[in-house]
Amino acid sequence: MRTKQAFMTGVAILAAVTTTSAVPGGGTVSGKVTYEGTPAKQKPIDMSKEPSCAKQYATPTTTETVVTGPNNALENVVVYISAGAADEPPPSQSAVFTQKGCRYIPHVLAFQVNQPLEVLNEDQTSHNIHPLAKINREWNKSQPPGTPPIVDKYDKMEFIPVKCNVHPWMHGTFAVLKNSHYSISSTDGGFSLPNLPPGKYTVTAYHESYGEQSQEVTIAGSETKSVNFVFKAKPY
Amino acid sequence: MEETSAQQAHVHAPPEGFLRKYVFSLDHKVIGKQYYALALLAVCMGMALSWLMRFHLVWPTTRIPGLELISKAGAPGGIITPEYYLSLLTMHGTLMVFFVLTNAPFAAFGNFFLPIQIGAEDMAFPRFNMMSFWTTLAAFLVLILAFVIPDGPPISGWTSYAPLSAVGKDAGPGMGWGMNLWAISIAIFCIGSLLGALNFIATTLDLRAKGMTLMRMPICTWAWFITSCIALLAFAVLLPACILLILDRTAGTSFFIPSGLVVSDRLQPHSGGSPLLWQHLFWFFGHPEVYIAILPSMGIVSHILINSMRKPLLSARVIIYSMMSIGFLSWMVWGHHMFVSGMNPFSSLLFSFPTLTITIPATIMTMIWMGSLYGANIRINAASLFALGFISMFVSGGVSGFFLAQPSIDIVLHATYFVVGHFHMVMGVASIFGVFAGTYFWFGKMTGRMMNETLGQLHFWLTFIGTYCIFMPFHYLGLVGNVRRYSAFVNDYTGPLLPLHKFITIAALCTGAAQLIFIFNLIYSRYKGAPAPENPWNGTTLEWSIPSPPPWNNFGGKHPVIYHDPYQYDVKGSKGDYIMQDSPEPSAG
Amino acid sequence: MGKLFAVVLVIIALASAYPIVTHMYVMPEDISTHGHQIDEQLSDTMAEAGISFLLAQFVLAFFVWTFAERTVGVKLKNFPGGAKVMVAAAFILVGTEVLALGVFGQRAWANVYFTPPRPDALQIQAQAGQFAFYFRYPGADGKFGAIHPDKIDEGNQNYFGLDPANEIESRDDIVSAELAIPVNREIHLMMHAKDVGHSFYVRELRIQQDFVPGLDLSVHFTATKTGRYEIVCTQLCGLGHYNMKAYLNVMAQDDFEKWMKQKASEL
Repeated sequence: MRTKQAFMTGVAILAAVTTTSAVPGGGTVSGKVTYEGTPAKQKPIDMSKEPSCAKQYATPTTTETVVTGPNNALENVVVYISAGAADEPPPSQSAVFTQKGCRYIPHVLAFQVNQPLEVLNEDQTSHNIHPLAKINREWNKSQPPGTPPIVDKYDKMEFIPVKCNVHPWMHGTFAVLKNSHYSISSTDGGFSLPNLPPGKYTVTAYHESYGEQSQEVTIAGSETKSVNFVFKAKPY
Repeated sequence: MEETSAQQAHVHAPPEGFLRKYVFSLDHKVIGKQYYALALLAVCMGMALSWLMRFHLVWPTTRIPGLELISKAGAPGGIITPEYYLSLLTMHGTLMVFFVLTNAPFAAFGNFFLPIQIGAEDMAFPRFNMMSFWTTLAAFLVLILAFVIPDGPPISGWTSYAPLSAVGKDAGPGMGWGMNLWAISIAIFCIGSLLGALNFIATTLDLRAKGMTLMRMPICTWAWFITSCIALLAFAVLLPACILLILDRTAGTSFFIPSGLVVSDRLQPHSGGSPLLWQHLFWFFGHPEVYIAILPSMGIVSHILINSMRKPLLSARVIIYSMMSIGFLSWMVWGHHMFVSGMNPFSSLLFSFPTLTITIPATIMTMIWMGSLYGANIRINAASLFALGFISMFVSGGVSGFFLAQPSIDIVLHATYFVVGHFHMVMGVASIFGVFAGTYFWFGKMTGRMMNETLGQLHFWLTFIGTYCIFMPFHYLGLVGNVRRYSAFVNDYTGPLLPLHKFITIAALCTGAAQLIFIFNLIYSRYKGAPAPENPWNGTTLEWSIPSPPPWNNFGGKHPVIYHDPYQYDVKGSKGDYIMQDSPEPSAG
Repeated sequence: MGKLFAVVLVIIALASAYPIVTHMYVMPEDISTHGHQIDEQLSDTMAEAGISFLLAQFVLAFFVWTFAERTVGVKLKNFPGGAKVMVAAAFILVGTEVLALGVFGQRAWANVYFTPPRPDALQIQAQAGQFAFYFRYPGADGKFGAIHPDKIDEGNQNYFGLDPANEIESRDDIVSAELAIPVNREIHLMMHAKDVGHSFYVRELRIQQDFVPGLDLSVHFTATKTGRYEIVCTQLCGLGHYNMKAYLNVMAQDDFEKWMKQKASEL
């Protein structure tokens, strides 16, 4: 009886350790993403061809390919665990991508393989959302105002540029990742990857204009390890 | 003229068995009816597509219930997407121009009546004739397939300009397999039409009965003959053009695609091609094609008018020579579709002169028709009403051509609703009026039962008034500069035009509904119509000398002998007010 | 029924002519130097077409009214002169009328297409691509940088595929979503197609010209009135064709220079 109980407990612990890679109270990798050099100027977007969007901005909004913050912070960088962590089944909650004011909100949307993606159109104009997938299936769909959300999913990991066929300035990115260990750098460039079980990991930072960088980090227990990324900015 | 040895050589055995009689028939009459049925199906589809288009233009956010079942991607929640609108537009144009306007007045009526009117037992090549129908049907099925594939139908218009049509699926939804199916379908259609044209020409030249000189052929026979000559040359150009397009799309060639094109963020791997080459090839076919669409109806209308007026036209010969000049001039004007296309502007001027000149034979014909009405005694029925309506429509549609023929005016009217109004009136409506006139006139002969006259006249009034209500306002929209092929009107200047668009849409839906009267009449009369006598209209041409419907070999094994020109009406000293072509009674002095 | 046809036809003809005669649907005001010739040509053609249309429909209606459904056995007659009169009338009346239209009409055409742009015309490049127009000014150096299709990056608003990192001429090029031009100055608009066929149409300028991929086309014009006017695409270019437009912004010379300075400062 006791042998059986011990055996069952052992199996349970083994299962817990091997099947769930997110361990509450596990280690954390956090840090800042910054740039050095002079980034290109983000130009204002002239939306005059789409008056229903143009009038939503008192001053024109700018492109978001390089969004910077104070102290050379670099926003919109997808920081994720590219090796060392197991794949995870997707959450059932949708990742929502909204077209509003002829912009994509958020500019970079990170979600998991096979997680439902929901695209909403909150504008008065028709958009045609076109994710330019190379590994996954490429599609484009028109979404007139008042039509239901577009729901789809991707079954492979990929960074997918997204454009609107009708409004050339609209660009975004889908980061389709294999597990839940991802974080997008915020206004101060900061990111955080919590709940990591002990192990050796490769942390990768992806920026749509400046490329990818990776660093190795080892987590033992509940410690917080600091990892910083510095990207080289390009003036053009 | 030669003895009828050519005729005797073409005798074939009576058909036996259901398939040979009604399906894979060699009988030109059955084939004519098969073409008519195909055209009827195509026109119903084409019209339904236009209702969807017109509805979407004025009520873009209103759900069309059930449409999402036909196309989940094209009409999510029953609301037509911009690309689905364009694919409806493309399929509407393709179905109407190819499968209705080339099939009905030309292939359907021509097949049924040309051999009879020249006194032949059948076409020169009955097997080719059967093949031409089944080829055309195959083309239709390939085209319709585009509706059911996931990608949907193409969105590049019936004119399929390159490079939009040539670069492949990067160009947009429907431009993958949908566009391939379109090009394949039209290529197959060309083959069917070439076979048909060959047959008509050989039959007309070789199988005329004794005494049936060329100038004694009825005007509609001449129209079918001239149309076949045009068709033979025109489709011979469209076929290779479609093949080149298919090669550009699938084999990596660059006939129509230059280098350096970035479509949908992809640099296209082509170089050296010319988009203008497609336009030249297409319109070199496309302009003669519109005369293929209208000439048979001109012939049918002439034929019916003479019979209705009870006197010949002022000159049948002038009509025939005018049709020939139109046929000849039609080869010289294609560039008027390309005035602002980027081709050499001097060429634009050159093309405008024959375009303006073609007004002359068209005017001569109109004046002969109208002038012939003077002093006549016009019998009014559904057939003659549509024939008279044709004249009105042809004038209305034709005068807008004055504007478009001039490059300087085309600068402001090109690609606006003015052009759409022009071609719908002069080609679409006028040609269809010829088909309606022919149907009411010849239905008795073709089926053995007469169509209902009351319903026919009701159909005429609703259609005549309705089509004017739809297409005359298109010209006003064009004069303001309302651009065509827009799936929605979102410009500053188009807002105030929406009330007129709503009027047009309502007129279109009502006129469309009125066509149900015609369809009901067709089906009802087929089974319950009054039995048709041999010559219900007291006509002179050979179709009225045989039973209704005719036997499988038309003349029952006899060979008619022709003594007169085809329009011996109002003949002094004759028994009735007409003399039939095969009657030995002496003709007018 | 014959008389009804005549009555209905006359009503239709009059109803059709009414909006034309009362100028309910007309082109907007012409703001170009060459447009008046086009407008005159259009007026002349409308008069001739309108008269022909009404005359033909009225004659048809009159003949049907008079000669339809008469008593049986009435003596029939022919139009005096017969076919010869018709043919002569068609050749003389219509022939001269339409050919006159053609001959006189070519002046308006020649004015647009056979006169070269002035050497001091302001050069602006227009690019049409699915589904927007963008315009490029050469900047202070007066030179346009080269276009590299493989460097097009719309997310970064590099619509023309310029390479400012490596090419100096493109660094000062001003790219704009609106076509800003000074009034009363001749503009030489060079037209480049990025992907498929498009067209440039400004109603008030009385200009329409296709963009053809692979061809270096251009138009030239002078605007005579300040204001904002729509540029619309008229060549079917894909799903967004209906929404492909930009604004022509005609400004006073001073305002134009201010606008250029503002744009240059955003580079």
